[in-house]
Amino acid sequence: MTATAPGSHGGAHAGQEVTKRDFLKLVAGAGAAVGVGAMAWPVIDSMNPSKDVLALSSIDVDLTPIQAGQAITAVWRGKPVFVRHRTPEEIKAAESVPLSQLIDPQADKARVKPGHDQWLVVVGICTHLGCVPIGNKPSDNRGEFGGWFCPCHGSQYDTSGRVRHGPAPANLAVPPYAFETDTKIKIG
Amino acid sequence: MAGLHKSEFTNPVINWVDSRLPIFTMMQKEYGVFPTPKNFNYFWNFGALAMVNLMIMIVTGIFLAMNYTPHVSMAFDSVERIMRDVNFGWLLRYVHANGASMFFIVTYIHIFRGLYYGSYKAPRELLWIIGVVILLLMMATAFMGYVLPWGQMSYWGATVITNLFSAIPLVGDSIVTWLWGGFSVDNPTLNRFFSLHYLLPFVLVGVVFLHVAALHVTGSNNPLGIEVKGPQDTLPFHPYYTVKDSVGMCVYLLVFAVLVFFAPDFFSAPDNYIPANPLVTPAEIVPEWYFLPFYAILRSVPNKLGGVVMMFGAIAVLFVLPWLDTSPVRSCKFRPIYRQFLFLLVISCIVLGMVGAHRPEGIWVVLGRVCTAYYFLHFLVILPILGKLERPLPLPESISRPVIAGGGGPLPGGAAAKPMEKV
Repeated sequence: MTATAPGSHGGAHAGQEVTKRDFLKLVAGAGAAVGVGAMAWPVIDSMNPSKDVLALSSIDVDLTPIQAGQAITAVWRGKPVFVRHRTPEEIKAAESVPLSQLIDPQADKARVKPGHDQWLVVVGICTHLGCVPIGNKPSDNRGEFGGWFCPCHGSQYDTSGRVRHGPAPANLAVPPYAFETDTKIKIG
Repeated sequence: MAGLHKSEFTNPVINWVDSRLPIFTMMQKEYGVFPTPKNFNYFWNFGALAMVNLMIMIVTGIFLAMNYTPHVSMAFDSVERIMRDVNFGWLLRYVHANGASMFFIVTYIHIFRGLYYGSYKAPRELLWIIGVVILLLMMATAFMGYVLPWGQMSYWGATVITNLFSAIPLVGDSIVTWLWGGFSVDNPTLNRFFSLHYLLPFVLVGVVFLHVAALHVTGSNNPLGIEVKGPQDTLPFHPYYTVKDSVGMCVYLLVFAVLVFFAPDFFSAPDNYIPANPLVTPAEIVPEWYFLPFYAILRSVPNKLGGVVMMFGAIAVLFVLPWLDTSPVRSCKFRPIYRQFLFLLVISCIVLGMVGAHRPEGIWVVLGRVCTAYYFLHFLVILPILGKLERPLPLPESISRPVIAGGGGPLPGGAAAKPMEKV
């Protein structure tokens, strides 16, 4: 900073001197930056979820009509949630996998509620880029691991909803839910 | 008072305006007498065609927006209403939809023209970089436009592409929620994409203006890749190249018309005629054809973040291309070895496009990985090394010499001398 304050006596100040005017320039600049920032934030934040979107509700799911080997899709927060009634073979397959073979190691026990081994509840969104994996109908292609197959980029999930193959980095998420009775769950 | 601009126009009205705001002088300088290399081939048409295409998109887009409703419950139906009830609505929609494909065809040829003839090299680096910005804007605009009809492909394309940002460590999920305006692709997403799809083309116009401005500072490259040495190497842009561009435009419009009137759905996925269903992903989900090579790169990397980084890297590498190519020779005409590698790049881009259209199984996985590897190898390894090793063919002395020596070529020798007198 070598500019001298115009209008000061003769304008012949020594080059390095910090004047009151330099300070004013700095304060004015900082003030403008704060002002622009304060205006930018509301504009950016207006794109975040609005109050009507945030007003989430929980949903109840009746489990009685779901036969062993079948799964249903419930809608929660605009997302599909898979509720699967697993057969004893499927539970066994899920429990017998060594954790060392998994991409995202997690025991089957940690993904179901104690005493309700046959019910698997997961968010039906592939953890890769968000497609809905297929496999709810027994006739669907469930992939090599008997769980779900994502048609978008070929990720495969096992009977515990854990990722076993493909680009997906994580297991299908387990949403917060609780058993209200033996045949009814509350998601959310 | 400062003096008025001295206008040379004799028409009193034009002279009066031009003295106060010299737009006529500017037009005359930039498009009338603008000195242009006289050896252009038809590959130099595609810039003008892209400009025309942008205008077609903006005009049809504005009129489509008069009848489109950006709400999830009405978007699909409002597009069908445009097709059935709005006068010439089907024409507007098909021109807009196929116009996007034409835009990318024209732009991709424009880009490979630049690659072949070294149009990105000094002093045209900034011109090239602005061009890459244009490409990014085009992709963002086309993506958001494709979401608007709210069909299955629209919905799932939007889901997949916005989810790309979730791969960013730490802030990824917050960014995706912000982009969506919720916890999944829904009405807030559609609504904002409509707003941005309307805005971005005008940003595009601004950047295209800068692109043309930068071009008019350096002047055009030419098939020989050597600089213009004097007036004997150039022709005034009008009428010589306005006419040549018109010939190209007739061919372009012919192709465009065939698409619109005889194969309007040739480039589009039939699944987009199914209304969006957030609970069912179509079994065969593919992006629009002009995104396929990049989509193939994304899928070729068996890691989420890695795939996203490579896909964006495929564009990012273009920004630094002028500094990756170390050869002092511009045109591939005089680079016999590099020319073969460039054809390999074209082939690998086409193969990547095919890979993107197929399920990631069997041979397609292998092909995708090989071509992805070649794409990056080409830019990051072959280009810098070859520039130092390759022995280029001898360059001609001037632009004018081969044109006249070759039995006249597109212009007789006599005509070539005339522009000198005009300028």
